[in-house]
Amino acid sequence: MISLSLAPTATWYLILAAVLFAIGTLGVLVRRNPLVMFMCIELMLNAVNLSFVTLARELNDINGQTIVFFVMVVAAAEVVVGLGIIVSIMRNRAVLTTDDLAELKG
Amino acid sequence: MNDISTFVGPKIEWLAISPLLTLLAGALVLLLAGSLTSHWPYRLYAITAGMTSAVAIGLSIYLWRDVTTNGPRLLIDGALALDQLALLSSIAVIVAVLLVSFITSDYLSREESDLPEIYALYLTSAVGALVMIAANDLIVLFLGLETLSLSLYLLAASNRKQTSSQEAGLKYFILGGFASAFFLYGVALTYGVTGTTRLVNLDLVLNTYIAVPRNDAILLIGIGMILVGFAFKVSLVPFQMWTPDVYQGAPTPTTGFMASVGKIAAIVALVRVFVVAFPSRSDDWGTVVLVLSGLTLVVGSVVAIVQTNIKRMLAYSSISHAGFILVGLEAASHRDSVNAGDGLIAVVVYVVLYAALVVGTFGVVTVVARDSSADATSLDAFKGLAKNQPLLGLVMTVFLLAQAGMPLTSGFVAKFGVIQSAVAVGSYQLAVIAMVCAVIAAFVYLRIMVSMWLADSPSPEKVAVPALSRIAIGVALAITLVIGFLPSLILDITSNLTQLASK
Repeated sequence: MISLSLAPTATWYLILAAVLFAIGTLGVLVRRNPLVMFMCIELMLNAVNLSFVTLARELNDINGQTIVFFVMVVAAAEVVVGLGIIVSIMRNRAVLTTDDLAELKG
Repeated sequence: MNDISTFVGPKIEWLAISPLLTLLAGALVLLLAGSLTSHWPYRLYAITAGMTSAVAIGLSIYLWRDVTTNGPRLLIDGALALDQLALLSSIAVIVAVLLVSFITSDYLSREESDLPEIYALYLTSAVGALVMIAANDLIVLFLGLETLSLSLYLLAASNRKQTSSQEAGLKYFILGGFASAFFLYGVALTYGVTGTTRLVNLDLVLNTYIAVPRNDAILLIGIGMILVGFAFKVSLVPFQMWTPDVYQGAPTPTTGFMASVGKIAAIVALVRVFVVAFPSRSDDWGTVVLVLSGLTLVVGSVVAIVQTNIKRMLAYSSISHAGFILVGLEAASHRDSVNAGDGLIAVVVYVVLYAALVVGTFGVVTVVARDSSADATSLDAFKGLAKNQPLLGLVMTVFLLAQAGMPLTSGFVAKFGVIQSAVAVGSYQLAVIAMVCAVIAAFVYLRIMVSMWLADSPSPEKVAVPALSRIAIGVALAITLVIGFLPSLILDITSNLTQLASK
């Protein structure tokens, strides 16, 4: 039973954020395409952004909203690095799922 | 509402953040000048990175003396902390950058791809590490973490000819991004309960205002998710699965860099967050740390035994070292005990000494592995090394004995510190597990030593040890032995480490 000491409207947004975060987590765990896994990580980050905005509004504190800009910049930087790595792998292999990448046995 | 016309920005103490700025400037110079000019001769890229690091070390030592006389303080409106904990770990990070740059230079020359990007990435990830170490705000910490991690993903994937390197980069990237998202969600929940992300303010709020039991559940979930994020970065069991693959696939000098710089930054940030911001909930997280520590020690030590690749062995050994470090953090969670401060000091001493040790070990592995293929780092590559080249074999033996915690090496000082701190606060069960695991882990190092000294080498060909690698391995060896013989050198300067910046 999830209950927060906040107004009902904010609770809905927080629950939505939690659901989005869970979908993202599940996606990273079950999907096998690196691009989709990568999109799921972005979904998780944006779920956190939604929580930050909601909480900042509830707390009447501007800091929570400025944090979102930092997170967006980090997410953008992550896209640059992640796509760079994926593209450099794609150049060597035609088809790509994480199951094909099994040279290193964990 | 704040009026924009009356807005006053925070005061920025430029001198106090100068080591960080120096490293950033060095990275920009390398990238810009490196891409505008043709290839630099005579290992100038590594020397530029080394000089930048040397300047940053000098500035950090100056700041250390300043902090010792004037006391610790917060910088930039409380975003960063300037205290001995931050400065000692910063110096360790920068020394590791310097040594690894030297080793990398020889490695890249052998691979015929000596380009400036790698050194620029070393410097930018060191900037991230310095921010993490000093961060007094969870969001600043997150930015430092991402600066460090994004550079590390690229470094892991930096060998474009080797598919295993790219696979390592992608695995590290996906799991690292996953962990960062968890960390950030934890920060969001903590912020929702307390209304602040500043570590010092978090402690104030948690000590005074909160008495609502429902909020406590959200707060504990938040703290838990922050811990999960850190556990991935520090590679604690059960969040360690990426470590062996990434350590094996990444170029060998880079692996040394990850094991030293990445570990110092993550451990020091973890300790600072939990000791400064959440001491009021130490009963809750202390238990979790105890369980994580025990699991990490056992799994790290036991699984290392069955490995056949030396980089995978060292990866599991680094997992087991992380377990030892957590023993110190667990001791620091007993805040009612007068000896809780010992735990904090033991953790920092351990991670700093381990960094020097691991850079030296991976330096030797880089030299011995003739090329970047997986076979070159199998245990067979070390067969008969000590018979062929007694000096190199002896150096590696010293590093391995130090990792095992032999007396008269820095590894003993480190392990003694954490176990002693655990005993001092009464965590006997964890101290016993740690000592048993030290014995199990010693077997792994012994296996490498037996292979080096007793087996015969398949080829009598000697490996070359280039000049810069010689210097780097020599410095790491000197730190290992000097601290081993004179532990007071590091124990004296760390005695006031528990005075953390609070205002």
